[in-house]
Amino acid sequence: MDWTVGGDGVMCLAVPGRIESIREGGLLDRVGRVSFGGSIRDVNLAFVPEACVGHYVIVHVGFALSVVDEDEARRTLEDIRLIESGPAQTDDTRPRPL
Amino acid sequence: MKHIDEYRGREQARTLAAAIARHVTRPWTIMEVCGGQTHAIVRFGIDSMLPPAITLLHGPGCPVCVTSLDLIDKAIAIASRADVIFCSFGDMLRVPGSCQDLLSVKAAGGDVRILYSPMDALQVARDNPHKQVVMFAVGFETTAPATAMAIHQARTQGLTNFYVLVAHVLVPPAIATILGAPGNRVQAFLAAGHVCAVMGYSEYEPLARQFKVPIVVTGFEPVDILQGILRCVIQLEAGRAVVENAYARAVRRDGNTGAQTLMRDVFHVVPRQWRGVGSIASSGLGLTPAYARMDAERHFGLSAISAAEPSACISGLILQGQKKPHECPAFGKACTPEHPWGATMVSAEGACAAYYRYRRTEPVGAGAEGPA
Ligand code: SF4
Repeated sequence: MDWTVGGDGVMCLAVPGRIESIREGGLLDRVGRVSFGGSIRDVNLAFVPEACVGHYVIVHVGFALSVVDEDEARRTLEDIRLIESGPAQTDDTRPRPL
Repeated sequence: MKHIDEYRGREQARTLAAAIARHVTRPWTIMEVCGGQTHAIVRFGIDSMLPPAITLLHGPGCPVCVTSLDLIDKAIAIASRADVIFCSFGDMLRVPGSCQDLLSVKAAGGDVRILYSPMDALQVARDNPHKQVVMFAVGFETTAPATAMAIHQARTQGLTNFYVLVAHVLVPPAIATILGAPGNRVQAFLAAGHVCAVMGYSEYEPLARQFKVPIVVTGFEPVDILQGILRCVIQLEAGRAVVENAYARAVRRDGNTGAQTLMRDVFHVVPRQWRGVGSIASSGLGLTPAYARMDAERHFGLSAISAAEPSACISGLILQGQKKPHECPAFGKACTPEHPWGATMVSAEGACAAYYRYRRTEPVGAGAEGPA
């Protein structure tokens, strides 16, 4: 069981990569050079007009579908640390905001 | 890699599995819809980390697997024409049609090309003005925006030799079908994170209410999946049934509105036949009248080709979560990825292929028949 190696080339899976540079074209062909752990691919950014260099984007079949929200990413990992640090958090069954 | 490795930590996974075990007081059955999640669950052994009270069922979320035999046979008929260049995702090439697959068409001299992105097909059409270029558009809501963009651009660029065989399917109608089936065992759903990245998750809220099931938007890494399961279990134990987002770093409630706008321009909702499942109302995408000229089925005048599945293949039951791959007598014996009987053995997201790759020597479940 290998927990670290990624990349299965699964058709439906989308993967996060970092935008290294952006070539501005028309609205529909704004293209970014996106690094996936060092390997670079051209990615169409038409669906993420808010994306900038340095952002991570979720990429599927050549298109970025969403910009990774770094605050939410931190929050998810923080939630797990809270579970680790004591049972009080894990017994919390109150509804939480979406 | 950033935003991948953080979610593959063994310690975090153990912490979440322990939290799930602390919460569980009764047996619960949870279905992951997406084949990408099935793949990760089997690959990382996530199901074996869970307390025995939790049963994970694998859902119909592999677009390669559910593409109807009729459409595969049409793809093969089109790809066999001498005046056609047929463009497809690589996963589709080995999917068995009634008599052959696209790979054998290619081996016999057919011009079948593998796409990385639907936009590549446009380039092929531009480079080969004297050929008819046909793209096999397969996938869920995750892939549909890319197809929509290629179709939209083809019209904008005035390409007259570009056609699309549309096989796109939609997730929520499939969830409703599973939940509404007599004898349904599914009590909670992990919704596919990347489908929701496009569509958002408000369309799951009526489903959660109507069928009283928790639906948790979930990512694809081990920690994401365990977190999705934990959120389901907390809801189930508390008797709640709402939609939650456990993949907030990639998914917003409204999804990607730009992608949705383009999809609505290019596609409308049609009934669709799901391989192994049957026809599901309003579960597919077809081209709107403005783009109907590019409809390959219409252009090539193909009528429905009816054909039967190999009778021993139980992939339909597997796609509906009623059986697991090792319960199929052909699994790993007569049926292997080299000689697949059903589509679920072909795609990397197919449950049979995932079990074959990671589970051949350790079938799970009491009385499960191991492969030879
Ligand atoms: S193992 Fe092969 S024959 Fe059995 S259900 Fe899966 S695809 Fe069909």
